[in-house]
Amino acid sequence: LGVSSPDPESIARATRRITAKSGRARSGFTLAPIRQRTARLVANEGKGVVAMAETGILKPATPAPGFTLHTTPDQTVSLSDFRGQPVVLAFYPADWSPICGDQMTLYNEVLPEFRKHHAALVGISVDGVWCHGAFAANRRLHFPLLADFEPKGAVARTYGAYRAKEGVTERALFVIDRDGVIRWSYLSPIGVNPGADGILEALESLEPAPSLASTRRQA
Amino acid sequence: MVTGQSRVARLVLPVDGRDHVRGSADAPSTLVEYGDYECTYCGRAHPIVEEVQRRLGRQLRFAFRHFPLAEIHPHAQPAAEAAEAAGAQGRFWEMHDLLYKNQQALDDADLLRYADALELDLTRFVSELADRTWETRVREDFMSGVRSGVNGTPTFFVNGVRHDGPWDADSLIEALMAPARVQV
Repeated sequence: LGVSSPDPESIARATRRITAKSGRARSGFTLAPIRQRTARLVANEGKGVVAMAETGILKPATPAPGFTLHTTPDQTVSLSDFRGQPVVLAFYPADWSPICGDQMTLYNEVLPEFRKHHAALVGISVDGVWCHGAFAANRRLHFPLLADFEPKGAVARTYGAYRAKEGVTERALFVIDRDGVIRWSYLSPIGVNPGADGILEALESLEPAPSLASTRRQA
Repeated sequence: MVTGQSRVARLVLPVDGRDHVRGSADAPSTLVEYGDYECTYCGRAHPIVEEVQRRLGRQLRFAFRHFPLAEIHPHAQPAAEAAEAAGAQGRFWEMHDLLYKNQQALDDADLLRYADALELDLTRFVSELADRTWETRVREDFMSGVRSGVNGTPTFFVNGVRHDGPWDADSLIEALMAPARVQV
């Protein structure tokens, strides 16, 4: 890499421009070499560039912004309801879109594993409560979906997880510890379901659950 | 749109003796599918995987692992256990094919009918399903998938790395052959 190599930021900008124009790479025209080069430069440049690529969702060690959102027309859920237990916040772009369906369906099946860590799971999108209700019933979800509906995306914005241009939440994951501090966050490409492996790893890295002794004291 | 980082999801449980495998053990490429017998996308993938196997021949080893999404597919878990029960009698792949070709008929009576068609020991088959003999094995498959980043069904792993692209036969073959090409 000599003096002529462009800085990673401009390559990333150019890549975005090209991708936006072409929609997706056609045969005979591939972005792979540019992407590889960007990845290499990003790897070399360290944190500053990585932060740029992540477009600024809240990072670990940040206190999780509080919220109260409706999950049904007459029920609300607050982050503070979960104080004392880990919380998994799964922002996703929309009910019913095929990828989100897979993602929430997957988390629904993995719920027993989250519960082993005493963790609560909530999904958040800008869909309204009636939409959430129909979606949750259809997918037989056993965890609450919260409506970041009015003002639209207000909670997602506080987590840096709102896509103002499209008016939807990012596909972003946060693991919050029992003291309300973000311990892991991950912004997925919007078209890729991130799976549950990262969440489980993050939950495992949290402090062990309160000891039996402290439980006994309360009893 | 460039947002986020695509984590490279890797298979945490390598293909080994516990797996149901089609193709030669020393094949240069390995395709692993995590699937659900009641999932229509997996049903669509079934003939595609068969085509990939046909076209790649001895170059490919294919392993199938269970990933039943039981809440939305009430027949998926019993069907997966039925495939294992058939496997215990040496007929996993025959049952696997029957299940995918008859995705609309996966009630217990149907499973018994397929076991009968495969001339399995029905007493053993029924008692293994009733005793949930294979429940743990199916859950092991499922959790190995979760830990590997399975994010829906079907999810494919090409030579140990999650395949996030399209899974038509040409795309799968291109991905499966890619490492060999680089090595040349």
